[in-house]
Amino acid sequence: MMFAPAPFLLKDASVSQVMTQVCMALIPGIAAYSWLVGPAILIQLTIASLTALLAEALMLYLRDKPLALFLSDGSAVVTAWLIALTFPPLAPWWLVTTGTVFAIVFAKHIYGGLGQNPFNPAMVAFAVCIVAFPAQMSQWPNIGLEQSLVDQLNIILGLAPRVDALSGATPLDAMKTALKLGDGQVDIAHLLANQDIYGNFAGRGWEWVATGYLLGGLWLWQRKLITWHAPFAFLAALISLSGALWLYQPATFASPLFHLLSGGAMLGAFFIVTDPVSGCTTPRGKLIFGAGVGLLAYIIRVFGGYPDGVAFAILLMNLSAPVIDLLTQPKIFGLKAAGKGERR
Amino acid sequence: MLKQLFKFKGGVKPPTNKTQSTTLPIAGAPIPSRLVVPLHQSIGGTPRPVVQAGDTVLKGQLIGEADGWISAAVHAPTSGTVVDVGMYVQPHPSGLDAQCVVIEPDGRDQWIAHAPFDYAHATPDAVRHYLQQSGVVGLGGAVFPTHGKLTASKTVPMDELIINGAECEPFITCDDLLMRERAEDVVRGIGVFRDLLKPKKVLIGIEDNKPEAAAAMRAAVNALGEQFLVVQVPTLYPAGGAKQLIRVLTGKEVPASKRSTDLGVQCFNVATAYTAWCAIATGQPVISRLVTVSGNVQAPRNYEVLIGTPMGELLQLGQPHPDTDGIVMGGPMMGFLVPNDTVPVVKATNCLIAHSERLFPPKAPEMPCIRCGACGEACPHELQPFELYWNARARNFGKTQEFHIFDCIECGCCSFVCPSRIPLVQYFRFAKSEIWAREREKNAADEAKVRFEFKQYREEREKAEKAEKLAKAAAAQAAKKAAEAAAIAAVESPSETPAPAPTEATGNTPLPAVDPAQDAKKAAIAAAMARAKAQREAAQPKNTETLNADQARELADIEARRQQAGIVEARTAVPPPSDAATQKAE
Repeated sequence: MMFAPAPFLLKDASVSQVMTQVCMALIPGIAAYSWLVGPAILIQLTIASLTALLAEALMLYLRDKPLALFLSDGSAVVTAWLIALTFPPLAPWWLVTTGTVFAIVFAKHIYGGLGQNPFNPAMVAFAVCIVAFPAQMSQWPNIGLEQSLVDQLNIILGLAPRVDALSGATPLDAMKTALKLGDGQVDIAHLLANQDIYGNFAGRGWEWVATGYLLGGLWLWQRKLITWHAPFAFLAALISLSGALWLYQPATFASPLFHLLSGGAMLGAFFIVTDPVSGCTTPRGKLIFGAGVGLLAYIIRVFGGYPDGVAFAILLMNLSAPVIDLLTQPKIFGLKAAGKGERR
Repeated sequence: MLKQLFKFKGGVKPPTNKTQSTTLPIAGAPIPSRLVVPLHQSIGGTPRPVVQAGDTVLKGQLIGEADGWISAAVHAPTSGTVVDVGMYVQPHPSGLDAQCVVIEPDGRDQWIAHAPFDYAHATPDAVRHYLQQSGVVGLGGAVFPTHGKLTASKTVPMDELIINGAECEPFITCDDLLMRERAEDVVRGIGVFRDLLKPKKVLIGIEDNKPEAAAAMRAAVNALGEQFLVVQVPTLYPAGGAKQLIRVLTGKEVPASKRSTDLGVQCFNVATAYTAWCAIATGQPVISRLVTVSGNVQAPRNYEVLIGTPMGELLQLGQPHPDTDGIVMGGPMMGFLVPNDTVPVVKATNCLIAHSERLFPPKAPEMPCIRCGACGEACPHELQPFELYWNARARNFGKTQEFHIFDCIECGCCSFVCPSRIPLVQYFRFAKSEIWAREREKNAADEAKVRFEFKQYREEREKAEKAEKLAKAAAAQAAKKAAEAAAIAAVESPSETPAPAPTEATGNTPLPAVDPAQDAKKAAIAAAMARAKAQREAAQPKNTETLNADQARELADIEARRQQAGIVEARTAVPPPSDAATQKAE
């Protein structure tokens, strides 16, 4: 007689299903992205995915874990995609490779692999690369490039020279620099109206990529793969802080909408703040976690020295997540009214 | 008949698989070739066998006598010969043996003389006693002796009596068919419970996937002129869990640390009410029950089955498919594979499911937890199963208690939804049993310590007593000598006053010197006794700490009854820690 514990009936669910759905939710954002800068992003996604799977296989082999089981769980691919989407699309191939290897080897497997990492691996990759390779990580192409797949592939592989059009700053970064150089003489309305990189609300084109992520995120929420708490708290905190400062001094502080649709805000809100492994798990904990990321992200991106603050904000909150979880344990069935002391 | 319903959080919706076994009416299962009747079929004391190998028994004859208040009698399911009273493998995942009475049926199925119970003229105590003697126990699965739940709390008014006909586990339909076919007897049984508990309201909860049963019950309630409310509750596993049904019908939440009666609620299964009424109306004890035979079988159906029927023989009635590789007792969410097909049907057996890999595909390999929180969403007790899992896995059992592991009802919702296919409930059972084992060890150590300290105290006391005796003897000796000396002195020099002599004598005798020493010893004895007492008192609540509130109450009840009955010997496994304690108990 075999040993099989109850329940004998199981819902059709698996880790790979969860990861596949996360990837599917990224597709609207990716579509907008590739429409914006061309097939470069698809090349980066491919490089990152292959690197992630190779690094994962190597680590599984070294750790003596079943390769097929864990390679097919899809978690490495999710990490790879998030890395590719946060790195500059025309960055050299070795940059995204370095980030991915670092994410899989150090941020994930050194800590014990799937489910054990205290920090979000993609954000670790971003943080490591922006500290180690600030120049390469800050070169964003102008949009509307008329480049073919082969042209872009050659640039990424380092076979073609990089031209100026490929090495602009992000809209966020450009604004910060302009405000700094302008030294109080330049105001935001002027910048938005006169610089080519700004669109209707935020960076031209990028605002639609952000909207794509928003759509994907809402789909994840509707599928009950994520709850509303963390994204809501993140966006609410970002809007509150940016809104307050914008109302106070609209000339030097951009509007909440600009911040929502710039940089990694939307991607972070729905795909990274919601990472269950490195984030909080209790409902109140998710609210605190999300709000903390929102506030820190704004502070770092506006007052700090880096082009965007989402990655650092998330890593900082990852640090606090276990404590927040411990302090926000929900009351259980039958013990909601009763005080804590009643139970031994 | 609108009633406000409440929701419980979590819950899952597994495929119900109930229709297969509801198409045919209840059938009687034939008398098997051999009946193996376990004596321990209910929570509480193991009934003592009152027959031995070679005895002939009649159908309904007492074969196991209730042991204590929380225990229920066991009866011969048919007439025949007792061939053995011995250890046989039980329908339990452990596969352990327990004492059983094995009966070889004579085929005549001859009843022992019995008569209906004079319910109209019986006192509540007599009714409870009668139900105990008839072997009426909770048939919803917990098999708690029913009479033990039929005394209303003296302090909390009984607001609601809940009758559980929810039957939320997939595949199981025995309560459904019972309510469809025998609703009037069920309602009469509920009437008995109502008479004993005097609740303000009686609510019968039935999942809304059983409209026929609800209709039958409503008709029976109306026909008998009762005021019971038949409520259809949403189909959501585990709505049939007592705590969930109480929540849905009354809004009250019963934590693990409390009994439902503390909140003015009591809950019984419909089949329990039915057997209680049958025992009263016919005088026949509980010797059979309804069992659903389903799963990987050609002919799923409900059978009225004699207790003790080997499960393999019962399953054959359903014509299992050739790829059947095991028998699940209970439902697919909380049931278990029985050790082999000779294990008997017991009072807790509501369903047999023929197991096959086609029906229940083998589980995918266990993956690491990704903390997705699906288990927390599904948990009807609003626990954080993944936190329990991390801590149980790390053998961090203290932490599992902080995360309320004993509020887990092992319903399996968390395992059902887990994308990493972690057998979460198994981890929780493991943690619970480890905690119990540790508490037992700790209690044993505490008891040993108390015994040791008492021994030390006794030796000290004996030494002190001896010293006292010696001192007294010495004092007497000294006094005598002094007196003799005085007498001699008086004789030798009668002019001298005798007064200084006693003073001298007292100064030399050990008596005054002994006094402070004795005081010190007395103080030491008193301190030792106080210490022993304090330890005993500290140890005793720890003993009961492992028990849940029900069991603690049970124990108190048992003690009270013992004292009433004048049974004085302390039958607890705990050896009397001291003379004083034994005397107190007496």
